[in-house]
Amino acid sequence: MKSIRSMVLVSSDPLSLERGAQSVFDQLQKEIKNFDLSDEISITQVGDVGRHDALPIVIVYPEAVIYGPVKEEDVHHLVEEHLYKGRIATELEASAKELTGKIAWVNSRKGTMPAEQRIVLQRAGIIDPTNIEDYILNEGYQAIGKILSEMTPKDVIEEIKASGLRGRGGAGFPTGTKWGFVAGVKQDKKYVICNADESEPGTFKDRLILEGDPHSILEAMMIAAYAVGADEGYIYVRGEYTLAQERLKIAIEQAHEMGLLGKNIFGSDFNFELHIHSGAGAYICGEETALLESIEGRRGEPRARPPYPTTVGLFGKPTLVNNVETLANIAPIIRNGAKWYRGFGTPSSPGTKVYTILGNVNVTGLIEVPMGITLREVITIYAKGMKNNATFKMAQTGGSSGSIIPASLQDTPMDFDSFQKAGVALGSGALLICDDDNCVVDLAKVLQNFFRNESCSKCNPCRIGNERAYSILENISQGTGTMQDLDDLMMISKNLNELSNCGLGQTAGTPIKDVLNHFRAEVEAHIKLKVCPTGICPMSGTRI
Amino acid sequence: MPIDNSVSKNIFDAVDQAIKLHGETRDEIIPILNDVNRSLGYLPSEALEEISHRLKSPKSSLFSVASFYHMLSTKPRGKHVIQFCESAPCHVVGGREVWQTLKSELGLNSGETSSDGKWTLITTSCLGLCGVGPVIMIDEDAYGNVKPEQISEILKKYTD
Repeated sequence: MKSIRSMVLVSSDPLSLERGAQSVFDQLQKEIKNFDLSDEISITQVGDVGRHDALPIVIVYPEAVIYGPVKEEDVHHLVEEHLYKGRIATELEASAKELTGKIAWVNSRKGTMPAEQRIVLQRAGIIDPTNIEDYILNEGYQAIGKILSEMTPKDVIEEIKASGLRGRGGAGFPTGTKWGFVAGVKQDKKYVICNADESEPGTFKDRLILEGDPHSILEAMMIAAYAVGADEGYIYVRGEYTLAQERLKIAIEQAHEMGLLGKNIFGSDFNFELHIHSGAGAYICGEETALLESIEGRRGEPRARPPYPTTVGLFGKPTLVNNVETLANIAPIIRNGAKWYRGFGTPSSPGTKVYTILGNVNVTGLIEVPMGITLREVITIYAKGMKNNATFKMAQTGGSSGSIIPASLQDTPMDFDSFQKAGVALGSGALLICDDDNCVVDLAKVLQNFFRNESCSKCNPCRIGNERAYSILENISQGTGTMQDLDDLMMISKNLNELSNCGLGQTAGTPIKDVLNHFRAEVEAHIKLKVCPTGICPMSGTRI
Repeated sequence: MPIDNSVSKNIFDAVDQAIKLHGETRDEIIPILNDVNRSLGYLPSEALEEISHRLKSPKSSLFSVASFYHMLSTKPRGKHVIQFCESAPCHVVGGREVWQTLKSELGLNSGETSSDGKWTLITTSCLGLCGVGPVIMIDEDAYGNVKPEQISEILKKYTD
């Protein structure tokens, strides 16, 4: 029986062909046949994959190893080593500057990954994101066609509600309910916004969706606009994500040319215009009301709520704001139905989740897996264990506003409700795995430094609290902390959570709270014994 | 519209180009500032003046926006801007050592510009390239999996 275990892609753009890509491709086919691997390995020619410095390029999945430039005479060695013996032929790998490839997720992982369940990343890395036809050939724009011909806006919202989809930006709010709020407001003008201001440390899932499959976001926004009654949309993209912005721009142009954006889409009376809005480097703009301020051309300072953006949003009009990953789930749900979607994940958190695995593990990168897998599974299976066989000490989830999870919680299923019960947060899907060479005080200091820098300074608890918490941690790391400091930290954490205006301040105290709850002894060693057990903190300063 | 003759030509051109591309509406302020910042390296006072004039928006409000966002600078920067990611994912995989090396190779602290105007060294929050940390970015080029011993090699590439 044919069971494909590896996929080989060979670049075949004009430049690659000029440099001998065809003979590399022919030779690969020959060698794969010689090693009797034809039933296990698929081989495909793809267009321009970027990386003009290293063409022709051969990419081997699932390991996503990039080889290049590959010459005909290298092929025997490559096939023997990688495809036959299963070892990466390191000497043929493309050189280190690998961050601008056209195939999105390839360049974001090191090492190998086993099988995953892909819904939102189904096409990323497989289709050419700059070609609308590639998207259409892979079930693209079927969902919008379906709703415009068969479904009322109400049907669409009911379907999304039935799917149980929850927002993937971090808070986990039911998406269908949010859509219902916007749809329920009677106004002549409404907006749909895609929040692509991804800046949570350790999170880059949205970037890979935008770079690898931009049309999926366009299609989802069209569906959302139809459902809530909007005719204009914005994609707010982080300023640093220039490649994602370029790809979206191309996608919007192509959709216009095909009549998928503009007036009377598919001959219906549905109109939709879409704009890209670039950020300019501010973490806080991922907060939805700060994002609205930013689009309107002001400082990204969050608004007081209520009223919520669903009633008074962009330019005072009802506005739907959804995260990139949330939107990427929409078209598959419409195409396959809510029941199909509920087949993945856990009952309270259906579907898949994209995680970014980082830190002291053998394999880092991005995975899309059903909701509810455990941290232990992630570390041992997907991350192939801890680096240098070190001991797992803690994981930090969801970027800086996530929780610090001690090893004792590594068997808790990762879904919204189980994590909430355990007193920790799933956040945006980053999993920073730390071994026992990491100091909790040092880690907390880095996290607090982030909030200190990224606070918009509008409200006092956040502006002063984060600054104060950082200097206390600095003192502890210098060996000049006191036991009173720990009580102060707990109080700051509580005040941040209860008194801050927006989500940034409200979660900024989580790391210090987690550190003191789970690793108090280690922190006290810094104070009572004047020793950093891992030897990382300088322990030699004066008190600020 | 009268053109202020004191605005030097390159500043005027940069502003003009950005406004022509994006339009004169309020919601285009940040894209305009972004473009001008990119072409001039920073936002000189004259540029803000000119934008204020064209968009009929007070200069103070433009300055409040320009000083809020990290990617916009109201002070001149070096020819090449080096951004070092100081967020946790890069930190735990060796970022600290890379930062020490960067500082000593350049003889600069965070936020400083070298006396010859070639380098500006700044720290930044996560750049979204965490899978290949530690990460530094020089102008538009991202470098992943950076090791301290590679720093001098990387810096040498910028010869101008």
